[in-house]
Amino acid sequence: MLIYSIIILGSLGLLYGLGLAFASKKFHVHVDPKIEQINEALPSANCSACAFPGCSAYAEAIVVKGVDINLCAPGGDDAIQQIAGIMGLEATSANKKVAVIHCQSGGKDNTFYRYDYQGIQSCKAAIALSDGPNLCKYGCVYQYDCVRSCKFDAMSVDDNGMIHVDKEKCTGCGACVVACPRDLIELVSDKKRVHILCTSHDKGAESRKSCGNKTACIACTLCVKKCPKDAIYMDNNLAIIDYDKCVNCGICADVCPTSAIFDPLKEVRAQRKAAAAKKKAEAAKKLEAQKE
Amino acid sequence: MSLKSFHGGIHPPDFKQYSKDASIEVMSPPAKVVIPLSQHIGAPAKPIVKIGDEVLVGQKIAEAGGFVSISMHASISGKITKIGKFNHPAGMMSNAIEITGDGEDKWIELVDEKDYTQLSVDEIKKRIADAGVCGMGGAGFPTHVKLSPPAEKPIDTVILNGVECEPYLTADYRVMLENSAEILAGLKIFMKTVSAKNGVIGIEANKPDAIKIFKQLVKNEANISVVNLKLKYPQGAEKQLIYAATKRKVPNKGGLPMDVKVVVQNVGTAIAVYEAVRYKKPLVERVITVSGKIVKSPKNLKARVGTFYSELLEKCDGTTAEIGKVISGGPMMGFAVSSLEIPMAKTSSGVLLFDEKEAHNDAESVCLRCGRCVDVCPLDLVPSLIVHNVRYEDWETAEKYGTMDCMKCGSCVYVCPSHIKLIQWIDIGKMKINELRRK
Repeated sequence: MLIYSIIILGSLGLLYGLGLAFASKKFHVHVDPKIEQINEALPSANCSACAFPGCSAYAEAIVVKGVDINLCAPGGDDAIQQIAGIMGLEATSANKKVAVIHCQSGGKDNTFYRYDYQGIQSCKAAIALSDGPNLCKYGCVYQYDCVRSCKFDAMSVDDNGMIHVDKEKCTGCGACVVACPRDLIELVSDKKRVHILCTSHDKGAESRKSCGNKTACIACTLCVKKCPKDAIYMDNNLAIIDYDKCVNCGICADVCPTSAIFDPLKEVRAQRKAAAAKKKAEAAKKLEAQKE
Repeated sequence: MSLKSFHGGIHPPDFKQYSKDASIEVMSPPAKVVIPLSQHIGAPAKPIVKIGDEVLVGQKIAEAGGFVSISMHASISGKITKIGKFNHPAGMMSNAIEITGDGEDKWIELVDEKDYTQLSVDEIKKRIADAGVCGMGGAGFPTHVKLSPPAEKPIDTVILNGVECEPYLTADYRVMLENSAEILAGLKIFMKTVSAKNGVIGIEANKPDAIKIFKQLVKNEANISVVNLKLKYPQGAEKQLIYAATKRKVPNKGGLPMDVKVVVQNVGTAIAVYEAVRYKKPLVERVITVSGKIVKSPKNLKARVGTFYSELLEKCDGTTAEIGKVISGGPMMGFAVSSLEIPMAKTSSGVLLFDEKEAHNDAESVCLRCGRCVDVCPLDLVPSLIVHNVRYEDWETAEKYGTMDCMKCGSCVYVCPSHIKLIQWIDIGKMKINELRRK
């Protein structure tokens, strides 16, 4: 009896095997090996920053449709160079963009509130309730939709509740930009250093009153007047930097009376200035001493 | 015999003892009112006055912004002092007109048409629209629109909603006790306008005296009946009331009462319509409950539209403890507001004040899949599933599970052992789905 079952199962196996072998030859679909290679070069984050549904879709689009090869933000220059090698194209460097949060209201405890929000942890829900718990109708409500949306662990919350973006980890995928219901986050080239960290369109007196950190843009237009490159313009009581024209000189940050404009080098510059002034004063003293 | 009701629902303590025996007190016109331009469902009204204009009580200051909209009238006599953004009873900022009173309370000329029952249906509808009447139960649907169903949908029953199932609120109850004749007259106007054969007055079982009064009143009316409804929340929701009173089920997915030949109106609206038709009196005042454990003397006040909550509270001698939360409307479906400088609207049925302890909200924890929300949902939805899909942003599935059908009665939140704020999640879902539909 055993021999029959072996023969029957064996022949069935052989038959199906032949069928499959035939089908694989007959219905073979040619896949460009480049797609596979590019897919491997991409970071497999499937973040959709390239506007395709995922990494493999983008890889296919590059090979089949000839889409630009510098759309992958998380991959950065490495990925572009590899893809360029595979496709035999010249690598065009992508301008790396990072997320900038245009609000520095000073953290959860420092912000002025109109009421105590006790609902679900969601910025959208908080804002739906009487325009949000903050006194400022433009600022961050600290429910951290953006932090949860980040797939690259680039956003962190400090003890004060403030959100910080790690420029190294940020890939510029833009997920946080979509998540923020108050449109506080913008993708800016990582070479830009000077940012206006306020989005309040309120009149000066009002925004000064409602900002917990006292760093609101009060629409004094000093920065617009002092900018040597005409890179700052006013939009309904708010100064906005045109990043295409900005050259990182930081003069606006120096003149801003409320420190709404942030430049990491502002203090360094101030120290240098102070040191120079001190030197000058000393030199003058010396000169006077010599005269005497 | 068991009382009529619906499937699902909850039994919250009703807390009506605070204000239920306080008869309606008329508040003298305030020194200043703010009249929001959007107190109703539909397009906001358009202002027709300028800053500096002198107005009389009842003078039209904003006209309807479309068919589904209502006009607004000055509720005190005086000068228009500002047209701009003001606090709205629903929490947000919205456009409104501010009137500073002259203290004289001069009215426009009213008529007294004793044979108002002889008026034509078109004239009745015109007078209702001119008076700016909207549903006074809470949602604020323009009354003249509700009374103009399309010809292919005949109406055979008008239901008057005297249920007032929200805890604390007693405004409708007091109105039913003190103005029952006007309510009945209003019901007859409704029945005539939509040519309905039957009238039903639905009252919850916790208001036996109101039931008694109306039973007495309709003794000689063959086609009007009073229905004693089971004490259950949300008995006063439109679809639940229709089912309890007529056993007709309004379909989900956007079904309307007129699909089952019914029109539902609030008892407060009935009085407003009666006054609009007989006296041509615009809707400029209403009864509002000011209540809560910490209110010194809870009251039912007849106040002018646009009166600030702070003035209403002053009339009730303030509070005994620090205020932790203010709710505009009922505790189940009302809106928490962040200040007392908020004007009351035509739809404001109550202002409730709670202390810190009562206002306490427990933190959300994980869903236990116990299914209590499913048991109590009066619309037979699965709230936990909707919330799950909203949380993970699967809008399509959330819509499929009936996000848009939810009327936000809050029964599910009331019973949830994990303190999940289901209605807030569903609200996000509604906002997002509306946004996607508009695209």
